[in-house]
Amino acid sequence: MTATTASTTELAANRRDIRPGRIITWTLLLIGGLIMVTPLLFMFSTSLKTAGQVYDLKLIPAAPTLDNYIKVLGDGRFMQWFLNSTFIAITVTASNVFFDSLVGYTLAKFEFRGRYFIFLAILSTLMIPTEMLVIPWYLMSSQLGWLNSYWGIMFPGMMTAFGTFLMKQFFEGVPNDFLEAARVDGLNEFTIWWKIAMPMVVPAISALAIFTFLGNWTAFFWPLIVTTSKELYTLPVGISSFSAEASIQWELIMTGAAIGTIPTLLVFLALQRFIVRGVMLAGLKG
Amino acid sequence: MFTKAKLAGLAAGISFLALGSAQAVEIEYWQYVFDSRVQAMDKLIENFEAANPDITVKQTTFPYADYQTRVVAAKVAGQGPDVVQLFYGWLDQFVAGGLIQPLDPAVFPHAEIESDFFSIVSAMKRGEDYYGLPTAVRSLALFYNKAIFDEAGIEPPTTLDELLAAAEATTKRDGAGNITSAGITMDMAGQDHHWWRENLVRQFGGEPYDAEGNVAYDSEAGAAGLKFYTDLQTEYNVGLQGFMDEGQAAFRAGLAAMTIDGTFRLGAFASNPFEWGVVELPANAEGVKSNYSSYFANAIGATAEGEELEAAQKFLAYISSPEAMEIWLETVGELPARRDVALTEANLADPILAPFLSGLEYAHTTQFYDEAGQRQVAIDMVNRVLLEGQSIEDSVAQAAEAEQAIIDAARQ
Amino acid sequence: MASVHAYQQTGRVRFWDRLNISTKRVIWAWTFLALPILFYAGIRFYPTFQAFWLSLTNWDLLRPAQFIGLANYQKMFVDPVFWKVFQNTFLYLLVGTPLSLLISFVIAYYLDRVRFMHGFIRALYFLPFLTTAAAMGWVWRWFYQPVPIGVINGLLSSIGIEQQPFLRSTTQALPSVLVPAIWAGLGFQIIIFMAGLRAIPGTFYEAARIDGLGDWAILRKITIPLLKPTTVFLVVFSSIGFLRIFDQVYNMTTNDPGGPLNATKPLVLMIYQTAFSSYQMGYAAAQTVVLFTILLIVSLLQLYVLREKK
Repeated sequence: MTATTASTTELAANRRDIRPGRIITWTLLLIGGLIMVTPLLFMFSTSLKTAGQVYDLKLIPAAPTLDNYIKVLGDGRFMQWFLNSTFIAITVTASNVFFDSLVGYTLAKFEFRGRYFIFLAILSTLMIPTEMLVIPWYLMSSQLGWLNSYWGIMFPGMMTAFGTFLMKQFFEGVPNDFLEAARVDGLNEFTIWWKIAMPMVVPAISALAIFTFLGNWTAFFWPLIVTTSKELYTLPVGISSFSAEASIQWELIMTGAAIGTIPTLLVFLALQRFIVRGVMLAGLKG
Repeated sequence: MFTKAKLAGLAAGISFLALGSAQAVEIEYWQYVFDSRVQAMDKLIENFEAANPDITVKQTTFPYADYQTRVVAAKVAGQGPDVVQLFYGWLDQFVAGGLIQPLDPAVFPHAEIESDFFSIVSAMKRGEDYYGLPTAVRSLALFYNKAIFDEAGIEPPTTLDELLAAAEATTKRDGAGNITSAGITMDMAGQDHHWWRENLVRQFGGEPYDAEGNVAYDSEAGAAGLKFYTDLQTEYNVGLQGFMDEGQAAFRAGLAAMTIDGTFRLGAFASNPFEWGVVELPANAEGVKSNYSSYFANAIGATAEGEELEAAQKFLAYISSPEAMEIWLETVGELPARRDVALTEANLADPILAPFLSGLEYAHTTQFYDEAGQRQVAIDMVNRVLLEGQSIEDSVAQAAEAEQAIIDAARQ
Repeated sequence: MASVHAYQQTGRVRFWDRLNISTKRVIWAWTFLALPILFYAGIRFYPTFQAFWLSLTNWDLLRPAQFIGLANYQKMFVDPVFWKVFQNTFLYLLVGTPLSLLISFVIAYYLDRVRFMHGFIRALYFLPFLTTAAAMGWVWRWFYQPVPIGVINGLLSSIGIEQQPFLRSTTQALPSVLVPAIWAGLGFQIIIFMAGLRAIPGTFYEAARIDGLGDWAILRKITIPLLKPTTVFLVVFSSIGFLRIFDQVYNMTTNDPGGPLNATKPLVLMIYQTAFSSYQMGYAAAQTVVLFTILLIVSLLQLYVLREKK
């Protein structure tokens, strides 16, 4: 493992030769990284073990088997939960991309009385924790018949102040000339937003989409409260209830957890650069 | 765009639906999540629907911890279940909250209830009305792992002293003194708190509650009972609270020689890969025996009326019938609530069921006001001794105070 | 949505066309905002007021709500369990935030200089962030089991150290629950720190080197001060996260939620239990108001303390 010196780094000051110090640093970082994923490695390795082998705590299973996966996936619940989570995450993400951008754009590019007030009002909702709203939401849902339904799980998150704020920041960076030119051409405001402005903030949209999707995919508290029948559980709630019922069958519990993790891992590995860039972008503007 | 053919099909479909819905009544049955009970109920529903083609039953389950809230919230939303399961100890709250309705004596005659069911069904009576009927009742017994016992060359214990000796003989530890296989499981969150309450306290000369229902274990007997329990871990190192996460888990994994659990565990233990047996809970040196019996009953939801009420009554009658109880016994392992279904010759001779049935004879049924809260008091009581080194007497006193507060609050 | 009325016959100009451009744009703006305003009003603002109102009642789903003034708050402030929970919540914050920021900064600082296999190592640190807290709660719970099934205790035993009770101890339980929460958040913080580091123009460093400053001095005088906005963002963001911790605690202590002896119970779990296990909605609402107040004060305090001092 020789550390190469690709010397075209942004931190130009670090044009140093290979020194023992850097090799040590690199090694420590690598070891740290491996420690970070150790829980995941154990999770996968246990999911490939039989009940008896769970007590043998070696990382590599002696006789790996896919039986646990077959058993867990076989009863169909996990597939249902997976589909629920996917549907909900995609729908909420799409809603956020649409509405947060629309509101962010309006607040950034339109002048009208009350604009600042609306902006502050929406921003102030950031201060309200969802935990405080959960009880009123629950009551609202039970009165309107939204309990135990997709809509019941989704409605609180259809638009967020965080997303709106993010998009507003990005839209402010869009030069007005393009928009004016489009107006002169006779396009109406909606088309201008959709066809001209939106394409100019694609990095922001993808950042928003990534965060929203991830947040909804892993959401636990509200789905736990609002769902009552097993068919409607999202994946995190399903894994939680499955694990609690499986009690000591740790190999099955680990399999359930693995099934919940594999999809996001695969997506990440495929789109890593994209996702990391999105996170960085959000952090810079946030 | 609506061609004649499509219109006709639509009309046929609609009329079929209308016809169908006029005939089929759908009722909802709610219980908490417990694998074997859900499975048993599925079987019963199947049988019932086959015998009553115009009724469909939909089963909905919730995690135990949230169960009561869900029922209450559903009632607030006007969408309560038609037939609902409840722990006998929740009856006061359910009645006060208007969640269930009394059983119609025309459909469920009181004389029959009193003669056919075990007497503990009286806990479902308030005033002149019965509010529910159990399918099964449960008592506690001592499960033991035959393989481990044979290895140690000992017989299952019948007294507390023998229990301790058996535990010591069967505990396995590693070089550092950690338990790798427990002599007896310690799991206050499971059934141990019932064992302490209705067994140990009584066997050491006291009683858990007095005649008015107030806490009475703040006494020498209560402390002695707690000491016996905690000594298992602190003195004799034959058990470890939290070992394998749950007592029943340790037993199923073959890593505990004994565990105290109820009949409802029989279904889960059936698939154990080792031979196991059951004996009555140990008596004390003077031969005093005690047990805790309890049950979940099925009641009719307050919102059921008209057609649904009729269907619900039929369903409740079925799931309280001898046939249903046999199925339940097979699938879950819980004892039938009807005397003659339970006390058959076959059952009495069965080495697994006999100890439970005997236990039922001298069992006490604790009057719970807030079962979860009172259970937590017991869990905390043991934790304070085991984890924080509090003295036994202080912990018992603190627990008594806390539990009395719960009882007082519930009685307001 | 182009015209409201079109009176062609009398040659009157259409209503819409009579409006000047800026008025039209204002109408467009309000149209865009109509549904969102309704949404925020109904889903965020109204429930907030409802929560405050509920906190002043004794509603328990069964009986109609009765106004009881501040009785819920009085009850809360004399409840020793509440203060234990309050303490726990702040412990999660005061241990979690500094620790995770320190670790993530150190890693970001060194990782940024690494070229070889940068992407791979970065992925290793980021993967935990993508996991579901509920599922990982169970994985870590398994980790913490005693011998013979616990990995950590198995490791300790094999090197001769006494096994630790972890989740079964009143002193070790909270840190044990905190570890997976920190572990999961590190990836996000590392990435954000790296973004902040990269945003610092290289010219600053060049100038510093010319002046003869060493690495440590550069770090203190240039890097850290210029990272302030990033740091402030992360401090506020992770503080809010730790104060609201729930998923890990719920899943790691199912036998004795928040235990043992309330050692791990954070405020959100107490709220959940009060509302959904005991259905005391009024009392639970009061607890949520307390949570809101804590979050508000902590965030404002942090923003004030960390503000730009000119």
